[in-house]
This record gives sequence, C-alpha cells and structure tokens, in this order.
Amino acid sequence: MKAADQHARIHAIPSGFSRRHLLGIEGLSASEITYLLDLADSYVDLNRQINKKLDRLKGRTLINLFFEPSTRTQSSFELAGKRLSADVMNMTVHTSAVNKGETLIDTAMTLNAMRPDLLVVRHSASGAVQLLSEKVDCSVINAGDGAHEHPTQALLDALTIRRHFDRLDGLTIAICGDILHSRVARSNIYLLNRMGARVRIIAPPTLLPPEPERFGVEVFHNMREGIRDCDIVMMLRLQSERMTGSLIPSTREYFHYYGLDREKLSLARDGVRVMHPGPMNRGVEIDSAIADDRAVSLIHDQVEMGVAVRMAVMDALSAHLRNDLSKEI
Amino acid sequence: MLVPDPEQIAYVNARLIDPASGLDAPGAVVTLGGEIQAVGPNLFPEGVPDDFKMIDCAGHVLCPGLIDMRVFVGEPGAEHQETLATASQAAAAGGVTTIIVMPNTAPVIDDVSLVDFIKRRSRDTALINVHPMAALTKGLNGEELTEMGLLREAGAVGFTDGRRSVTNSRLMRNALAYASNFDAVVVHHAEDPTLAENGAMNEGELAARLGLNGVPSAAETIMVHRDLALVELTGARYHLSQVSCAAALKAVEKAKADGLNVTCAVSAHHLCLNENDVGEYRTFFKTNPPLRAENDRHAMVEGLASGAIDVVVSSHDPQAPENKRLPFADAAPGTVGLETLLIATLEQYHAGHMDLITALKSLTSSPADILGFPVGRLKPGAPADMLLFDVDRPTVVDSAQLKSKSKNTPFDGRRFQGRVLRTIVGGKTVFEDDQSDARPN
Repeated sequence: MKAADQHARIHAIPSGFSRRHLLGIEGLSASEITYLLDLADSYVDLNRQINKKLDRLKGRTLINLFFEPSTRTQSSFELAGKRLSADVMNMTVHTSAVNKGETLIDTAMTLNAMRPDLLVVRHSASGAVQLLSEKVDCSVINAGDGAHEHPTQALLDALTIRRHFDRLDGLTIAICGDILHSRVARSNIYLLNRMGARVRIIAPPTLLPPEPERFGVEVFHNMREGIRDCDIVMMLRLQSERMTGSLIPSTREYFHYYGLDREKLSLARDGVRVMHPGPMNRGVEIDSAIADDRAVSLIHDQVEMGVAVRMAVMDALSAHLRNDLSKEI
Repeated sequence: MLVPDPEQIAYVNARLIDPASGLDAPGAVVTLGGEIQAVGPNLFPEGVPDDFKMIDCAGHVLCPGLIDMRVFVGEPGAEHQETLATASQAAAAGGVTTIIVMPNTAPVIDDVSLVDFIKRRSRDTALINVHPMAALTKGLNGEELTEMGLLREAGAVGFTDGRRSVTNSRLMRNALAYASNFDAVVVHHAEDPTLAENGAMNEGELAARLGLNGVPSAAETIMVHRDLALVELTGARYHLSQVSCAAALKAVEKAKADGLNVTCAVSAHHLCLNENDVGEYRTFFKTNPPLRAENDRHAMVEGLASGAIDVVVSSHDPQAPENKRLPFADAAPGTVGLETLLIATLEQYHAGHMDLITALKSLTSSPADILGFPVGRLKPGAPADMLLFDVDRPTVVDSAQLKSKSKNTPFDGRRFQGRVLRTIVGGKTVFEDDQSDARPN
C-alpha cells in the first residue's frame, strides 16, 4: 500500500486520538496507542521514500523548547516537523538555579504570544511540561520531564518491538538499569503493560523507586534471573553523576552485575533483541560486542522509528489544533 | 558403627555443650581430618577401640570454638601493635577459633586486593580462622559505597566502618539497600559523633568530678533509632556492633519484636565493668562506647540472659603504650580482649545471671548464624573447631602473660573462674594449656 493511501485509511477512523497534548503515556488507552503506532508505521514507509515530505503541517509553527540539552531527541523532533512541512524553531534555554518556576511560565507566556501551533518541551523537573501546557494555547508534546515521562520514546520503542515481533502482547520485556531516575522506564512500563506485555525491571535496590512492584511489574535484583526467557532486553543509560558514590560503588561493579554482555544475554530466549534509548555508556551498562551486533541490537531501528513516531504524534495532534485549516479562508 | 581411620581423634569423657542443639550431656566427639564425624553420649558403648587416637577430656566442657565478631588488628599498617599472627595466638589461647577482623587498618580494607591480602596473610601466618569484614564506605569516609558485591565474592563476610559511624543518613540508607542486594550483613558502630565529640567517658557525675567531657548514652540511642528506621525502610540485615546502654537495647528489642532483621552484640568489658572503674583516670578503661552506668551494665547482663543481645564480642583493640600513657582525654580508647572473652563472659554464669549454655551460645552459634558460617556447632559434618575448658578453675589475669602484642587489658589482676585447656581448629590442636599454675585442689 502506498503511504498516501495508508494515511487516507487511518485518517478515515474518526477520533483515533482526540487529545490536545501528549504529556505522558499513563492514562492513554490501548486504542489510542495503537492508533499512534499504526499512523507511525505509515510514516516509516514515507521516510524510506526519496520524497519524504508531506504538507500536513504546512503553515504551522513548531517550537522545540529544550530546557535540558539534547542532540538526538531535538533533531528527531526537528526532522519530524520539517518532513511534515512545519516551520521549526529550536530554542535551548539554560535554566538558572533560582526562580525556575517563574522563568518557566515567563518563557511560556512569551512563546505563546508568538502563536506557535506545536510546542515540544523537555525539562529537568518532573511536571514542568504539564505546568507549561496549562499556560499556553497550543498543543504541547512532552519530550521528557524529569523522572516522570518520555512518551515519544516509549512509542518509538513499542513501534520498534511491534515491527520486529508483529505484536506487543504476550512478550516478556526486561527493563534494566537506573529505573529510579528514568522517565524512559516509566513511560515504557505504562505502555507495555497497557498493551499486554509482561514487564520486568532489573536494578540494584538503590536504583529502584520504593515499592516498585506497584507499577505492575516483576522486580529482579539479579540480572541473570531477570533476563531469563526474555524476548527483549531494554537497557537504560546510567547517568554519569550516578556512576560513583552513594547509589552504586563503581562502574566496574555495576558492569559486573548489571552490564549486558554475551554471557548474561545467553540466558534470554532465542531470538532475543536488545534495545537502548541512547546515548550508550559502552562498558558500563552494555558491552560493545552486543551494542554493535546488528543481529541482536535494535538500537538503530529505534532511532529510525523515532522520527516516524514524532511525525505521527504531530499529525494526530494537528487534527485538533485551534484554527483548523478547513475553517480558514 | 564408626570405621577406624588414622585421621580420627576421639575426645572422650567430655561434658558436651552444643548451644545450637541445646545439648549439655556427658559424651564424646570424634573428628576426622578437619571435620566433626560424630557427636554423642553413647559413641563408644564398648570402650574406645585401641586404634583410635584418644584425648581424655576429664569431664571438662567440650564446646564449639568461639567466634569473635569484632577484632581490630594492626596488619596492615600498625604491626607494632598486633599482627594477624599474634592476634591468632591470643585468640587460640582464649579459646577463639574464628575472628572477624575490622577494616580499620592502614590502608583501609575497602578494595578486593586488600581482602585478598588479609586472607593470604591469615592463611600463611594465623593459627585460627580469620575472616575480614570490608569497609562499608570507601576509606571509611562515610561518603561513597564500597564495591560490596565484588568484595563479598572476594571473601568479605560483612560490611562495617568499624569504629566509625556513618552520619549521612541518605548514604546509610543506600548502603543498607545496596548490601541487601547481596544479602550481606551491615555492622554499624552507632554513635552520633556530634554528641560524642571530645567525649572521653560516660557522661555523668564521675565525668563531671573528673572534669572530663562526657558521651551521653543518647549519642548511641539516637543513632540506633535512626538505623532501625532505615532498616525498616530497606529490609536490610543489620547488626549493631556494640550496644552499651539500656535505652538503645530497648530500641533493638522492639525492632526484633517488630520482625526486623536486626541483631546486636555487647562487648565482654561492658558486661563486667562500669564507668566507676575509670577511677583515677585509668586509660585502660577508656573504651568506645565508654563504660556506662551500673544500671546500663545490668541491662546488658539481663539482655544477654534474655536473648535480646545475640552476641558477646571482645572488641579486641590493641593499643601500644604510647597511645595509652597520655592524659585521659588524649588517650586512645580500646582494650585487648581475645584472651579474656571466655572468662569475662563466664563471670555472668558464675554470678548466677544465666545458664552456661546461654553464655556459650552468644560466643558460638549466634555469631555463626549471623555470619552464615557452618562453624559454631558440634554436629557431624561441621568443621572441627572446638574448645575444651575447665569452667570452674580460678584464674588471675596477668597482662604480662598475654600473647597479644599489646597489653592494654582492663582486667589485669582480676580474678575470674574458667580456664581454656585446649583449642582445636580444623581438627588440630592450636593451643594447649601448660598447667603452669596448676595447684592441687
């Protein structure tokens, strides 16, 4: 099926996704997630064509507002916006320690006055994106807020898995690493649980939130046990500031017990695939021999799916933007 | 029926006491190589066969060798005060067959290579079993966790900062949580250092009269309460290295009743001595925690009798004369204790505060259970680490006769009852009493 035909089919479904913002995965229904994944699937095909451009956001303004530096996520959003013909502006704001809340709202009001249609926001404080969304008139996409959520990452991970295994339900997926501080882990847990996968989390007790089983996951402290019979091993990045000191003693010990190497991976199911949201700390959470092995690693697919998923999210939100194009003269 | 073997030794005519099983009966033990092969009252109904090597225990107590969970040595770094070899000789003379050495050395035992060093030096120079505890925090600085997983794999039997307290509560929480990952016991010296700062002895009337800064028992109680709250949060295994005051013991008792995985130890000198023994600034009675008030000492004895206190330790802490011949406030705390651990504990039995099996349990099976060791029991298959002692024989402590390199005992000249006759490690006798001061009864 041609990409354009697929769009026609998917857009024919009324209110597949009728929200104004995408702030998180928690609270999304399975049908909303499926709708976004189906739409993203069609954009994967588009992105593999020579002409990758559609007019769906023509005339729209997209602002990437990043309060935390990011290269890959920001460029992924930028490319997604451009492929849908939006005018894209990148803003990286260096937050000062004082008066963060005030600055955030001031910035939001300033930007709002410029009348953007879509605002992509990343912030180091959990809940900051939602706070901002309450102050602006446009649609807001959460590109990561603190240790809360990173919904487009979870969607792109799900799309990667679904394209490889043709399903999400019934798969056993282990998320391993710094769960405590990870927004990627939280969004993935919500999404995978919602879609019927069996989710395990693997981490030392110091890198887990209290009562982690309340997330509806199986909790393992021993990676060898946790990885057993898994279809997917999803590694998380260990933030450098946590590498030495009070949460784990050293990268050497961390790799010994929680680094993914061939020996530990051999305990997983045949056909297991490895994922990582990037950027990787080679030799800390993952052995290069695995990261670079295209036979088991889906890491590059994740990056490709990222653009398609972000296009799908922008597309879905644009259907509900104020000043709907059809009402214009 | 036992098959004779040249490696077999029969210890006959003994009063067998095995606290783990509650056994206290006349009988015999047969060892084969390094293991106990048989234990019981009726091993030789038809007499001991001629081809057995036999040791006649003459009705004395044969029990598991003692385990001392808190021993400081000077190796590496202060070999003039104590080496692993001299500590092991002192231990053997005191009936102690396993010691746990603290990481407070120079350098600190906070790295796999240093655990290896202790194990290798012990293997080559020590008469008895030596197991290192590794530091809970790097350099004992209370700021960064050590590599507990790798240290444990290397042979560290637990984690402690020895005589230092971890003041940072967040770090203590993480340390407990991280240790629980490896089911490792965290052993903590509980003392709020801000309350104990410059303190030389127990806070009270005597300290006031002597003009010395006191350490209130609240310094211990506060830290114990904090630790127990963190144990509740993390579910970790926690051992209070030394309890010294009634209020802290009460907190531990409550935590145990609440089902927390908590144990505690008392030092032998806190069972026998109180703050008044400091007398005229006698620095051999300067300890950490300090000798407390008499009602606290009573609480310790009662706690041991009731089982609220699990373990008795020597807290063996050798100090050279230059560290003790100083004004009281400047002197180093610490007492040697390996050679008096048994008799100081037996004092509580002879005074009628507890039965013999309870006293011995705190020195054998209780510490073995906390450490997960197979020793500390008279049982077929267990390591043949045993102690033969005369429970009643009077003994006068003579510091000059101590095997320890340092002589800083608070018990010099004190009269006790009880004498170690033979110490057996891995089936081999490593100490035998020379009966030099034996007097006809």
